Amino acid sequence: MAQPVLEVKNLHIEFPTRRGVLKAVDDVSFSIAPGEVLGVVGESGAGKSLTGAAIIGLLEPPGRIASGQILLNGQRIDNLPYEQMRTIRGRQIGAIFQDPLTSLNPLYTVGRQLTETIQTHLDLSDAAARDRAVKLLEEVGIPAARERIDHYPHQFSGGMRQRVVISLALAAEPKVIIADEPTTALDVSIQAQIITLLKRLCRDHGTAVMLVTHDMGVIAETADRVAVMYAGRIAEIGPVADVIHKPQHPYTVGLMGSIPEFDSDRERLIQIDGAMPRLDAIPAGCAFNPRCTRVHDRCKRERPDLLPAGVSEAACWLHAGAAR
Amino acid sequence: MNPFVQLNNVSKTFDVSAPWLNRVLERKPQTFLHAVSDVSFDIRRGETLALVGESGCGKSTVARLIVGLYAPSQGSVTVDGQDMKSAAQSTDASRALRRKVQMIFQDPYASLNPRWRVADIVAEPIRTHKLITDPAALDKRVAELLGFVKLTAKDGEKYPHQFSGGQRQRISIARALASNPEFLICDEPTSALDVSVQAQVLNLMKDLQREMGLTYLFISHNLQVVHHIADRVGVMYLGRVVEIGDKREVFGNPQHPYTRMLLDAIPDLKMTGKARTPVAGEVPNPLNPPAGCAFNPRCPKRFAPCDQSRPQTVSFKGRDVACFAAQEATP
Repeated sequence: MAQPVLEVKNLHIEFPTRRGVLKAVDDVSFSIAPGEVLGVVGESGAGKSLTGAAIIGLLEPPGRIASGQILLNGQRIDNLPYEQMRTIRGRQIGAIFQDPLTSLNPLYTVGRQLTETIQTHLDLSDAAARDRAVKLLEEVGIPAARERIDHYPHQFSGGMRQRVVISLALAAEPKVIIADEPTTALDVSIQAQIITLLKRLCRDHGTAVMLVTHDMGVIAETADRVAVMYAGRIAEIGPVADVIHKPQHPYTVGLMGSIPEFDSDRERLIQIDGAMPRLDAIPAGCAFNPRCTRVHDRCKRERPDLLPAGVSEAACWLHAGAAR
Repeated sequence: MNPFVQLNNVSKTFDVSAPWLNRVLERKPQTFLHAVSDVSFDIRRGETLALVGESGCGKSTVARLIVGLYAPSQGSVTVDGQDMKSAAQSTDASRALRRKVQMIFQDPYASLNPRWRVADIVAEPIRTHKLITDPAALDKRVAELLGFVKLTAKDGEKYPHQFSGGQRQRISIARALASNPEFLICDEPTSALDVSVQAQVLNLMKDLQREMGLTYLFISHNLQVVHHIADRVGVMYLGRVVEIGDKREVFGNPQHPYTRMLLDAIPDLKMTGKARTPVAGEVPNPLNPPAGCAFNPRCPKRFAPCDQSRPQTVSFKGRDVACFAAQEATP
């Protein structure tokens, strides 16, 4: 495998509260190669968005990185001072968020926001920056880009706004893009357009993407590898086809079974009873053990690390035998 | 047997004109938004009819017309043999209808009063309709209702914020069931939930329907969920029902190009390698809909009459479709 462009090593994120320190992300490690799309799935509160926020250095206090490293091209970026991080954010790591309306400033035209971003990171004249902005808008498929560039965000539809946000993320040709639920706020027909666009852009530019979503369908179509997160930890990570067709962790099995499908006429969906534990009440041992159908003694005592399971890796004692 | 709910050529128009003074000074005409146009369908007792479509297609407006939150601009809505318009004239009749028809909303965070205990939330419909007056019997009934949705009587002591999203949605279901309704309108009941929790709620809704013989109108934009829960499906586009029929017919062999487009746009979990067919264009502005068939600017099968006149709804192949191309193909 090529040298990874982004590496996350043993990342811990915690929130100090009056009732003690909450561990929101607990020992998460992964890497992304150039041009690769890593999908990160999990339910609300699993820590997937926090991991993304930590990478771009936008963790909201009192949340903090307790330990671990984030490396961009082999250089640590998790301990950089604010001003230095600003030169990396946008230039080397781009971000796309869920709600395209709140990620754009309603008071400025789209063109002004684009040229501002371009000129912050690249040394270009006003005219050259504007040319580049038009090119970016054309690249993300906005018709009549030369006229649309002077429009305000409210004059665009939801799908078109998300295209603008993507063009902003691409403005300085970053090596990594963190896309946090980029299609969740959009209708299915528009979702397909945005996914196709994102895939094409990454292929053309060789950009590595960390795609955070709760939608397994979007992952199946877009990602090369997928990490399934549960209660702040990676439960399973592996090539997307393996994780979807041969899930190794009981949580992934349940997650896949709970998605309604067209070609099955099941009367009932597979359900995982209970709910994900709150951060202040994560059970001892494996965090999933109270909901797990294959729980045994060891699960309640010891916490499993990622173990080889087929082509993937799963944090589950069921695979302890295979590791030896 | 008579259908439980009947909509006959129902339309709902909203006046979205600028204020009168602006209209006079700027010489602007009045503008109307046609949220629902000429919609007719029946819901039979004990079945689940699902309405699908993209944001702004009018599916929630239809739900509000059926519960009586909006009065139709044209056409009539009949629930359990009673015309909603005449029912609205009499307090007794509308009260009786309200008891029979209950609603479950999308956001379980916004639809439960944060200052009330869960037991009071669930008991409210019983108190309003004066179904049980004895306090001990009321407590027993609330405990029974919480039991239906897999919560315990003790949970009644708590406040909504002490529950997760899925549990809250189950509380909404318990509240909806409190007045012994026959018909539940569920407006995107699982869209705010994670998939594994969604599965819990969908399974529960199916179980309750079987045990209590409920009739559902299920509104969703998620076609897989609809396929799982519905018996019949209606597809809406820009305020009109473009295709409606048995789930197997509509999903198995869609006749309207918009239905086909929605089905093609679903992410492919099987990963057969088939790329999603991205649909060109977006839903047009409902204030200024295209002439003829509203779908014609995005339609791959558009031909001569499509931008001239609006297709009539025609029954064939076990469903009702409003499309010239589909009608042409099957004479």
